[in-house]
Amino acid sequence: MESNKNFVLGVFDDEDVLLHAVESVRGKGVKIHEVYSPFPVHGLDEVLGYKRTRLPIAAFLFGMTGTSLALIMQIWMLGFDWPMIIGGKNFASLPPFIPVTFELTVLLSALGMVATFLIVSDMKPYKWPQQFDLRSTDDKHIMAIDLANNKLDKSAIGAILKESGAQEVNDKNF
Amino acid sequence: MIAEEKYEFSATAKKNIMILGVLGIVLFIAGVFMAMNSGGHGEEHASAIVTSKLVASADQEAAAGHEAAAEGEHHGSPVWLKRIYTSLWQNNVFFTGLGIIGLFFVAIQYAAQAGWSAPIKRIPLAMAHWIPIAGVLMLVLWFVVKADIFHWTHHDLYEEGGAGYDRIIAGKSGFFFWPLEAGGFPIFYVLRMVVFFGLWYMFFVWIKKEMLAEDINGGTAHWTKARSLSAIFLVIFAVSSSIAAWDWVMSIDTHWFSTMMGWYVFASWWVTGLAFITLVVANLKDKGYLKMVNSNHLHDLGKFVFAFSIFWTYIWFSQFLLIYYANIPEETVYFVTRIANSPYSWIFYTNLFLNFVLPFLLLMTRDAKRHMSMLKVVCPIVIVGHWFDFFNMVTPGVMKHDGGFGLLEVGLAMIFMAAFLFVTLSALAKVPLVAKNHPMMEESMNHHI
Repeated sequence: MESNKNFVLGVFDDEDVLLHAVESVRGKGVKIHEVYSPFPVHGLDEVLGYKRTRLPIAAFLFGMTGTSLALIMQIWMLGFDWPMIIGGKNFASLPPFIPVTFELTVLLSALGMVATFLIVSDMKPYKWPQQFDLRSTDDKHIMAIDLANNKLDKSAIGAILKESGAQEVNDKNF
Repeated sequence: MIAEEKYEFSATAKKNIMILGVLGIVLFIAGVFMAMNSGGHGEEHASAIVTSKLVASADQEAAAGHEAAAEGEHHGSPVWLKRIYTSLWQNNVFFTGLGIIGLFFVAIQYAAQAGWSAPIKRIPLAMAHWIPIAGVLMLVLWFVVKADIFHWTHHDLYEEGGAGYDRIIAGKSGFFFWPLEAGGFPIFYVLRMVVFFGLWYMFFVWIKKEMLAEDINGGTAHWTKARSLSAIFLVIFAVSSSIAAWDWVMSIDTHWFSTMMGWYVFASWWVTGLAFITLVVANLKDKGYLKMVNSNHLHDLGKFVFAFSIFWTYIWFSQFLLIYYANIPEETVYFVTRIANSPYSWIFYTNLFLNFVLPFLLLMTRDAKRHMSMLKVVCPIVIVGHWFDFFNMVTPGVMKHDGGFGLLEVGLAMIFMAAFLFVTLSALAKVPLVAKNHPMMEESMNHHI
């Protein structure tokens, strides 16, 4: 089969070794595609140089949408479309609207955040994830390096990985 | 492992606190003179009429009529003196909260087996040194101000058939006077005050003893002991803080009652205490202390202030919405007096703005909680905001339409703040600033969120 994506994988046993390896590999100018680990490794995001997610901004915007939607809906329904006297209050009185407003804010914020996350992470139904090495779901950390993004060839990158503490260096082609 | 740190209560800090206190005294005296010369008796009778109009049910009409009559007959102390009494009581309740929240914070950390807070626990512990002072002040002050602040202390309310008889208050007499006769000495009430402060002080001494013994002996035995003590204290505090709120705050509006009041006072105390702890930590870091406290610890403190500002709002709203929606006159009168009259009305809205809108928007982002610059803006706002919250809990019930907010109130608040800061900081300087052998110090050093 003609493969168009070629990766070199470094397999690591220990997260401390992994953290230092990420630093030294990046220090030598090699671009890392992604690191897969069976559990969250503290500090991995920082050494990989990842920027913080902008998901909170999306959450805020979705939340504000929920707030406005709830207020508009209730004021229109109870103030204009079908005014009813309830407990002698004004038709459109703010305090009783607040629980519904709160709930819709939380609901839209949460659902919007999940939807944004799925879209940004490219997770959709019937999309089969690329598995570099199944052991990354068990007891190994896998560092994947995309050959297309790097000027160095396969053996040079393999040598760098070995040097920084990788137990194995494997190829993976999709 | 950790360099030993000891806080030095510098001469400059002492001088600044002294300036705050002296300025407070000057403002207070100026405020008293202004209040003495402004009078304000003409409004008092009008206010009684307005209040009685708002009250609709038959029971309440009689009661309000009695209140109006009582006010017409004996005015009690002059308005300016009443204002001083009210402000003293309000400040003492507010700062009692700051002290007891210090102990509560420490106890929560032990009970939750929290590791992150290990290096900052000495600051809330220092705040708790205010408890005995607050207790003595509260007891002495109560005997001075009772006739003016606590309407239920008047014995004629309980004389059946008498002109001043009040069926509603007489029905609540057991809560104050049991087992003695209604209208006499409120033994049950005073006993509660003494017992609560006594229990709080005892647990403070015990927990402090374990924390300091740990510095010398090491090991985990002291930590375990402190945890058991904390767990017992939390149960006691849950009950006592709630009843204290009824006693010291809710009984001022004797006719009125709210099942949310215990939570409401606690929420207000708690978020103020958290803001105060955060502010002290930020300022100590500025001075070069607490080197091992980093932005992760600040983040946790910021989250506390943010979350409990929202929690307080939730409690505030839960109380307000039910009363607003049910629209029962004997309950709505509480909010009517606070929304319709100056100065309570602007404080009513300012309260929500300072304690919900500003902390909510300013502390929302992650960066705001991790950097001291924003925390140093929001924490004073929250502290001042909750001082206003207590102002509106205490003052309208006592002063009715004569209530004022001016130099007198500001001055007294400054005096209390200076005293509280002095006690806290001098207690902080007496012991090592960071616990030496805390079993969770290592965990706290590697805290990462």
